[in-house]
Amino acid sequence: MTMTEKILARASDKGCLSPGENVWVNTDILMTHDVCGPGTIGIFKREFGADAKVWDREKVVIIPDHYIFTADERANRNVDILREFAHEQNIKYFYDIKDLSDFKVNPDYKGVCHVALAQEGHCRPGEVLFGTDSHTCTAGAFGQFATGIGNTDAGFILGTGKLLIKVPPTMRFVLDGEMPSFLHAKDLILHIIGEITVAGATYKAMEFTGSVVENMTMEDRMTLCNMVVEAGGKNGVIAADSVTFNYLEGKTQKSFEPVYTDGSARFNAEYKFNVSELEPVVAKPHSPDNRGVARECKDVKIDRVYIGSCTGGKTEDFVAAAKLLHASGQKVKVPTFLVPATQKVWVDLYTILVPGADGKTCAKIFEEAGCETPASPSCAACLGGPKDTYARMNEPQVCVSTTNRNFPGRMGHKESQVYLASPYTAAASALTGFVTDPRKFM
Amino acid sequence: MAITAVFQAKHVAISLNCHSPHGRSHSFSLYPRRTLQISHQLSSRAVIFSPNGKVSNARLKSERCSRSLISPVAMAPSGKVFHGECFVVQDNIDTDQIIPAEHLTLVPSKPDEYEKLGSLALCGLPSNYPRFVCEGEMKTRYPIIIAGSNFGCGSSREHAPVSLGASGVKAVVAESYARIFFRNSVATGELYPVESEFSLSKEFETGNIVTLDLESNVLINHSQNKQYTLKPLGDAGPVIDAGGLFAFARKTGMISSASA
Repeated sequence: MTMTEKILARASDKGCLSPGENVWVNTDILMTHDVCGPGTIGIFKREFGADAKVWDREKVVIIPDHYIFTADERANRNVDILREFAHEQNIKYFYDIKDLSDFKVNPDYKGVCHVALAQEGHCRPGEVLFGTDSHTCTAGAFGQFATGIGNTDAGFILGTGKLLIKVPPTMRFVLDGEMPSFLHAKDLILHIIGEITVAGATYKAMEFTGSVVENMTMEDRMTLCNMVVEAGGKNGVIAADSVTFNYLEGKTQKSFEPVYTDGSARFNAEYKFNVSELEPVVAKPHSPDNRGVARECKDVKIDRVYIGSCTGGKTEDFVAAAKLLHASGQKVKVPTFLVPATQKVWVDLYTILVPGADGKTCAKIFEEAGCETPASPSCAACLGGPKDTYARMNEPQVCVSTTNRNFPGRMGHKESQVYLASPYTAAASALTGFVTDPRKFM
Repeated sequence: MAITAVFQAKHVAISLNCHSPHGRSHSFSLYPRRTLQISHQLSSRAVIFSPNGKVSNARLKSERCSRSLISPVAMAPSGKVFHGECFVVQDNIDTDQIIPAEHLTLVPSKPDEYEKLGSLALCGLPSNYPRFVCEGEMKTRYPIIIAGSNFGCGSSREHAPVSLGASGVKAVVAESYARIFFRNSVATGELYPVESEFSLSKEFETGNIVTLDLESNVLINHSQNKQYTLKPLGDAGPVIDAGGLFAFARKTGMISSASA
């Protein structure tokens, strides 16, 4: 069996599973946030009773992150609904925020759910994690089965702890070669999506392996798995190893048991890439599979750059952007918005010293380059949101973004254009005011 | 010889018990009870079917939002035959186009917000598409959507199939679906996600009168006088037939009957 088949077999108390089988699996973690949580709670109460209790108060993680720093009353009300439920159910993990004027005075508040799940130690090898968000697949980087579900499925899990799942066949992606300094995990996943299209992995598991993956940090692995859904994938998965175990050290008290793909396992498809041959790429408007080589887009004038989200708002993403900006010694030519994914990432921007940058922090480098001040951690403009959302595009503008989707209207205005890119490409583009290959500055 | 079809004005409310998880009576029910209306309104102009089966499309296009509904949803006793105007979209219609993210503050389990979601269905489509729900309306005139490949790609937001269902969509006939959208459609029972044998999005036109028969897996385009075989619902069939995920789970003994 593949890793995915093994995880689901163990979670459904079955000895062996094949792709296509429908099984009831036990859930280790259910995550929800402010956009889908209220609807999930409504369904839970409707179906199990107003006084029903969740199946396990320690396995539900509630993370407000989408529409937080807004005056929109319904958005604010939705966070209140989460709080009410968390208190009523005595939910162990509820990362609350009450004072919207300053995220720092909310000690429990984390920020973007997928990054918070990893940082708070809720992602463990071999486990099953469901979340009411499509990018829940990010957690597959930890060698677990993680996928996005809707309110009804989540409401069902709240009451029973189980969900009916069809076992997906696995597509294997082998990444070998020497990773060039100007290439980022984001380039790799954009390259893959461009190769197989936005429906290339529909209903399938995407397993990433190879020497390049083994040498990746956890955050790079999260970047790869994060965009599995953009290829239509059900889940992404990377074998747990010492990198994983080192990351988890001190983050989780729970024991876990990783599983590994058998040597004899069968795959639906296998793709091999030699990353030494790859160039920085972008996903041009309006689809994540509309792949273009960054240097061939150098005549595309842009209006702004956005660095943030679960995909590209992690600490290492900002360090990458800062390194390029510092190496250039120049200032950005367009508004460059920085949205750290979580409170921890925000703190890192002001404390971590960027390698090779004369002892400067990311924040210092961003400031000297003329970027906007790092904003309050949340999903912010990745998905548009209420009209007053930070960095939302309310006019038809062109943006290079480290986010995950660029369908029409994704970041706000229907006629705006989004080029998905790596943090290196985003920083380079900010310096020129055009879509720019990062090699220009590296 | 032109055949003039005239529909009598008649309003019949039918309560759906077998196909909708919302049709239960709970003292604290948060979902609205869904009823399907047969409303045949007398149009000021009858729909003319010419001998070659084509309806005058140019006239339909210009009148689309301004005239009253002339193509109602008809229900056969079994509840799996749908009839009316179709709305055509192309490939990769993502969840942001189905229901833009700024509207996700609406909570689908609250009845008034559920209805509001319906009024906003497909408002994220580019401006070259006709309006799916006309200005000032809460429901769509199109009970059936014809789509290309990968319909519903993008987010896991259940608001997507919910907004379509709330607007009055009974079924989508697409070449293929994104996984989470398909799953959410089945789990909620909001609409039937049907698959065609090949893409119909280039053949059909918005406003074509169609009949979708899920008993015999057939789609008829009356305006073009063509008939198509559809793929059976497969594994999703029993779940939708039972009334969605919860009803299916109760039926198969996974969870006990709804608590009082």
